[in-house]
Amino acid sequence: MAGIPASAGLNAPVIASKPLEWLKANLFSSWLNTALTLVVFYIIARTLMGFVPWGIVNAVWIGTADECKAVKGVGACWAFFPEKWRFILFATYPYDEQWRPALSCAIFLFLYGFSAMRRNWNSNLFYVWGGGLAAIAILMWGGVLGLSYVSNERWGGLVLTLILATFGIALAFPLAILLALGRRSDMPAIKTLCIAFIELVRGVPLISVLFMASVMFPLFLPEGITIDKLLRAQVGIILFAAAYLAEVVRAGLQALPKGQYEAADALGLSYWQAMRMIILPQALRLVIPPTVNTFIGLFKDTSLVLIIGLLDILNAAKTAAADPLWRGYGPEVYFGVSLLYFVFCFAMSKYSQKVETEFNRHKHR
Amino acid sequence: MSANVAAAQDSGQPIIKLSKLNKWYGDFHVLKNIDFEVYKGQKIVVCGPSGSGKSTMIRCINRLEEHQQGSLVVDGIELTNDLKNIEAIRREVGMVFQHFNLFPHLTVLENLTLAPIWVRKVPKAEAEETAMHFLKRVRIPEQANKYPGQLSGGQQQRVAIARSLCMKPKIMLFDEPTSALDPEMVKEVLDTMVELAREGMTMICVTHEMGFAKAVADAVVFMDKGEIVEANEPHAFFANPQNERTKLFLSQILNH
Repeated sequence: MAGIPASAGLNAPVIASKPLEWLKANLFSSWLNTALTLVVFYIIARTLMGFVPWGIVNAVWIGTADECKAVKGVGACWAFFPEKWRFILFATYPYDEQWRPALSCAIFLFLYGFSAMRRNWNSNLFYVWGGGLAAIAILMWGGVLGLSYVSNERWGGLVLTLILATFGIALAFPLAILLALGRRSDMPAIKTLCIAFIELVRGVPLISVLFMASVMFPLFLPEGITIDKLLRAQVGIILFAAAYLAEVVRAGLQALPKGQYEAADALGLSYWQAMRMIILPQALRLVIPPTVNTFIGLFKDTSLVLIIGLLDILNAAKTAAADPLWRGYGPEVYFGVSLLYFVFCFAMSKYSQKVETEFNRHKHR
Repeated sequence: MSANVAAAQDSGQPIIKLSKLNKWYGDFHVLKNIDFEVYKGQKIVVCGPSGSGKSTMIRCINRLEEHQQGSLVVDGIELTNDLKNIEAIRREVGMVFQHFNLFPHLTVLENLTLAPIWVRKVPKAEAEETAMHFLKRVRIPEQANKYPGQLSGGQQQRVAIARSLCMKPKIMLFDEPTSALDPEMVKEVLDTMVELAREGMTMICVTHEMGFAKAVADAVVFMDKGEIVEANEPHAFFANPQNERTKLFLSQILNH
């Protein structure tokens, strides 16, 4: 109980009609509570005292590399971002063509926003996504409509992160459902196969999956056949996420009362009809929190493509920070990129909470 | 042990025929050589102490449980592992569960129309019309657009009965339909079942509602330890039980 009121005190609620009484009731109700409140306030104050002079007061917001050097150690160099933002966001994509990945990112954001609205959940959604992804492919690759061709070796930055995460989530999820159903199947061959896949993939680090996809897999291919590095990394991420998600989905399947399966059977629904209309809609609602947990994890894990030399946003930022003129601004770079990751992950989290409340409305009167 | 119910109104083939049916859960012999026939339009009440295998027996009839020995023929179709046969039989056999098992994420109307639309391929409008017809019959048409969680237990069970009826089944199985209900709601569900019985539905009910048995049953079957111990028409069954186990059971449930 004690920690919660203290943090609530950070944004003093305007609704409390008598602030002093509110403080007393929530922060200083007992000796223990009072002590904890003071400790928390002390920690917050110390953190701010450290951050504010460095991050705000002495910081260089816009300026040259030399101006930044002058305040090194006492002030942050936020000027790094106005200088390097194009490399961070677009990496090695040809400089004059960077409006194309920028527009692609915008299309991604539009697709997310569009799909988030419940009234758009109908068959049109597929066409919108199909159109959006086609437009992104045309923009990114080019070679048609007067756009110059850009090999995907040169893709990087935010758009790469969004591509890896979007396709990762969109394809891993259905695969995970199939794996979870397979693991619960009565057919021994399918069941064994699904268990083997899940346990094998889940049991190794993503880095090694990516490394194998990148380095070892090509060795097994016949000569002359190459599969694109980006595609291999994408497939690696999809398979890895699917193995994790499969267990999340299975938890939902197992949490449903047996009566739901029996009622569907007794009505004569086929296996796939029962799964599609009765079992999965309920099972997946039950596991929204751990599912989003996995999505968020996957979103951040895309940065591990560093191991095979792809420049997603985090690695693009790190590369930008290696510029000899602008060296030594690691804290600023990580702080800035973390903020961007946080915005995406927090949006996912908030949205999932909203969906959860809406979906579970039928449970309450 | 055989329960050749005498009162066959219909001299044709039985609509349900269990012969030498055996089932084990691991080492536990839950159904022992069950011989049992039901003719079209008959209402059978199955009773017995808990663990006697009565639920298991009726759950074999629509293959929610699998038997290991013997034969089971429903509506002229032998139940085997053939999925086609199982699905064909389930289309003709409705089931009402102790815990209702309505689909909580769908409205009452959606609960009722789902199977007719997807299994019987009935057009949506027609399925909704049928659904409203049966909701009126169980006297809760005004609840059509609510979710099951918003209804009382008795209302939920009546929805469950209506849901089964929407599939226009030839046979209805009831697995302790009133056991999970608060006492004041038992009557509304039993009334619905009595009405259904009067309309000539073939019914097998696992229940301890002996009033219901007296009112509508053509035969009462008593099971104990996986066997059919005694079967008789209700008047004789209650007035003059033959077997010691039946007598003991009746004395336990009737004298409290």
